[in-house]
Amino acid sequence: MKDLLTLRVNGDTHEVAVPTHWTLLEALRYAVALTGSKQGCDKGDCGACTVWVDGVPTLSCITPVYEAVGREVRTVEGLAGFRTPVGVPHPLQDAFDVCGAAQCGFCTPGILMSAAALLEENATPTRDDVREALSGNLCRCTGYTKILDAVEMAAARLRGEETRDADDPRAARVLLPPDTMLAEKAEEVAR
Amino acid sequence: MTEWKRASDPPAEGGGSGTPLVNAVPHPDVGGGVPVHPRGDDDGYNAELTVIGRRMRKTDGLSKSTGRARYTDDLTLPGMLHGKILRSPHPHARILSIDTSEAEALPGVFGVVTGEEMPTPYGIIVWTPDEQALATERVRYIGDGVAAVAAVDEDTALRALERIRVEYEVLEAIFDPEEAARRTDVQIHEAKRAGHNGNISKIVKLEFGDLDAGFGKADEVIEGEYFFEGTTHTPIEPHCAIGQWEEGGAGVGRLTVWSSTQVPHYLHRELAKVLELDPARVRVVQPPVGGGFGGKSEPFDLEFCVAKLAMKTGRPVKILYTREEVFLAHRGRHPFKMKYRVGATADGKLTAVEGRTLLDGGAYSSFGLVTTYYSGQLLTAPYEMPAYRFHSTRVFTNKPACGPKRGHGSVQPRFAFEVSLDKLAERLGMDPIELRRRNFMGGYRRTINELRVTSNGFLQCLDSVERASGWKDRFRKMGFGRGLGIAGSCYISGTNYPIYPNAMPQSAVQIQVDRSGRVTIFSGASDIGQGSDSVPAYIVCEELGVPLDYVRVVASDTDLTPVDLGAYSSRVTFMMGNACIDAARKIKAVVQEAVAEEWGVKPGRVLLAGGMAMDGMDTGRSMPIREAFNLAEARSGTLGAVGSYNTPKDVHGDYRGGTIGASPAYSFTAHVAEVEVDPDTGFVEVKTIWVAHDCGRALNPAIVEGQMEGSAYMGFGEALMEQQVYKDANHGRAGLHDGPSLLDYRVPSSLDTPELRALIVESIDPEGPYGAKEAGEGPLHPSIPAIANAIYDAVGVRMDSLPFSPPRVWRALQEKAARQSSPPEHEREAAD
Repeated sequence: MKDLLTLRVNGDTHEVAVPTHWTLLEALRYAVALTGSKQGCDKGDCGACTVWVDGVPTLSCITPVYEAVGREVRTVEGLAGFRTPVGVPHPLQDAFDVCGAAQCGFCTPGILMSAAALLEENATPTRDDVREALSGNLCRCTGYTKILDAVEMAAARLRGEETRDADDPRAARVLLPPDTMLAEKAEEVAR
Repeated sequence: MTEWKRASDPPAEGGGSGTPLVNAVPHPDVGGGVPVHPRGDDDGYNAELTVIGRRMRKTDGLSKSTGRARYTDDLTLPGMLHGKILRSPHPHARILSIDTSEAEALPGVFGVVTGEEMPTPYGIIVWTPDEQALATERVRYIGDGVAAVAAVDEDTALRALERIRVEYEVLEAIFDPEEAARRTDVQIHEAKRAGHNGNISKIVKLEFGDLDAGFGKADEVIEGEYFFEGTTHTPIEPHCAIGQWEEGGAGVGRLTVWSSTQVPHYLHRELAKVLELDPARVRVVQPPVGGGFGGKSEPFDLEFCVAKLAMKTGRPVKILYTREEVFLAHRGRHPFKMKYRVGATADGKLTAVEGRTLLDGGAYSSFGLVTTYYSGQLLTAPYEMPAYRFHSTRVFTNKPACGPKRGHGSVQPRFAFEVSLDKLAERLGMDPIELRRRNFMGGYRRTINELRVTSNGFLQCLDSVERASGWKDRFRKMGFGRGLGIAGSCYISGTNYPIYPNAMPQSAVQIQVDRSGRVTIFSGASDIGQGSDSVPAYIVCEELGVPLDYVRVVASDTDLTPVDLGAYSSRVTFMMGNACIDAARKIKAVVQEAVAEEWGVKPGRVLLAGGMAMDGMDTGRSMPIREAFNLAEARSGTLGAVGSYNTPKDVHGDYRGGTIGASPAYSFTAHVAEVEVDPDTGFVEVKTIWVAHDCGRALNPAIVEGQMEGSAYMGFGEALMEQQVYKDANHGRAGLHDGPSLLDYRVPSSLDTPELRALIVESIDPEGPYGAKEAGEGPLHPSIPAIANAIYDAVGVRMDSLPFSPPRVWRALQEKAARQSSPPEHEREAAD
């Protein structure tokens, strides 16, 4: 059985016919055709489905679609243009690209929505604040380091501070001496 | 001595300085007795690089962060049906009958398929085809697929599954690997020959050097038993596939399968085989993949089922695994029981190493033949081993099949061995980093099992983590409850041989240049998040001088792109990178000749960089790159080229199994972990892991760091939190997965994960693209032993079984207290 519902998503109004038991995630992905929000577990574990409902980060895979009726839903597709001119990526979206914070990118939409909600509330989050805000979003690729870097970079940009475009010199790198030196060093160590 | 400088020096304002020149190109003599085959022409390694080595955006970064990237489940085709697979509730049973008539009669059901319609056995390793798309006679684990339906929606498909009647004869199941090795009355697979045990999947015994003499020379012998609990990959994207069948005018059809696979080429082959189709009529498309880690590197039942159901119903069919099904599909890290003997002289030099391992393979072979070899073959570097023997046995049990997970087959023995080295250092009263330095094997030589090692930056890795962690001032000096641990490792940059024997290239790239200056790269490589769509773009920017946004990458579509074998064994950057350089330099030469002719100079003077063609001897003379391309097209015809890479074949020993573990180059890693242990609860907090990794050359340091951090994170999770375990008869249904959800399985969150400090070491390998080696798997290995060794530094207990969960650590502390044995010298007394 299907019901006809009116959903407000990213400022647009959609009339959709959906099975009555569908979740908000199913309605967004399969009825509104906004596939940016992802299904990773379908039971509220991974956070890849995180969207805003009236500005509050919400796990759309365990939210019945009815809960969203009459409310403003925002998804990753609506993040560009939210604090930026129309179509221009949110500073978070750009910082994720600059920092390499999206590897496979599957958790990224949910993480962006959690992080963007944090930055709406707190313009100067500490690294631990960011960790706390993202603790409901699992990432399997990055070890979170680049994600934390990116959120900090975006926060700085939103505060109007200058940030580097791509070079992050925090991580030191070691270049090898020529191989002849390698051999010498090995001998030295052996002695 | 040649000058060398840090690649981390920030580029000059406005960019453009790129990675500093590193003079580490092997002179023809540097091989030191091993063959070296530098790829490309003489400007390959010493040339001033303008793009390679810089932090750059990925080609797909913004499409992923804006939600535009379309993963497999994001695709919907007109008239598409939804499929579901019925799975066995028994760990071991004979299928007596399957009745699908009620399911077929259900309104909304378009088709049902069983194994009898595609009975051909398959297996990712061609010598061990022991799986079927759907089981026909026997099921071997709870979750084995037996039938599939396609219906108008998922709900109808699920209702249809309930209407399929399967009659089983339940058989005795075996879950314990030692029991499986012993029992001959219960056979999980048919014995291959009379007198063989069908529960044995593979046995490998190899010996190098004189073990008896080695142990005879040893002043100390460390013996230990270790257990590594199995873990699984849990990519955040569940497996998904869509099949489409297009009937042809002449009565022959074409099959297209979109799949979240890491190995489109192998999937292409297996689909054709099992569905009995001409491979020329099968197309595999790999959309962006939401993580793999080895968990999507062989065909799965859903790919065969969507294909067969699409052929039967004439409509596109999609199957998306539930999270539970992802846990059942598994192919994750094998549980290992290990025994190691390590002998050394009083000054810490290894004299002999002996390992004996039992691998719990689960229900099917998967990559198990390779896993069994890797469990021994990959332990022989970076330390000098005068004598080495290993004996590995992989057995079948009635659990989901184990396979390749990041660091395939070598993470478990590396844990046992690096903990053994820590015990050895303790016994000898030697700093464990110093012990590792003393045993460093060096570069450009062969290991005891005859693997050819080229560049080797392991010493620099040790230096780097020693310095960054403040090791000298802190090791054994941090007080009870806090500690540091060290471990090292090595890993392959791709397997030297493909999974099915053939002499064709392992990777190929095609490049096409448009009159607008836009360059399109057709690459068969599979991007699973590691950046293999970006790497060829950087290479084309470097070689042809175009800006990054002029480059398009068309990847992993078997109708459009040349064959690359897939994203496994850390082969992609190395092999596809070399193939891409090969193709790009062919075009570069044509463009240089055309411009040189126009200017009346020698082609070598024409430089392509920064969107321009320039005269290297006359800075005033240049033209936009588009004009240069147009000149070349006018002179030589349409601009395009193919390039390919195949591995050198003289890099391994000539003995049975000598090719397994062979790679064109090896990466090296060292970690230091810092932990804090709560003795009252046994809870271990990892504060920081310093990760130093020799990746040859970092083509894009940001991506390399991401691989290092992600690897260390994954190792951390295995060390402390994760385990793929099954219930026993006393705790529910025997063989049932213990908790097939991300929270029960315990994937580390941002609050659990320690600080990860990536320290890149570049040894500039002669065989790699611009000197690059792998970075995606090696840096996982040392996490686990480094944490184990840090726990010992903190509280003086040895954790020889994984994971180091609070109950285990607490119990170890209790046992230690009960033993009242003399504590190690370094230990500070707990304030009781």
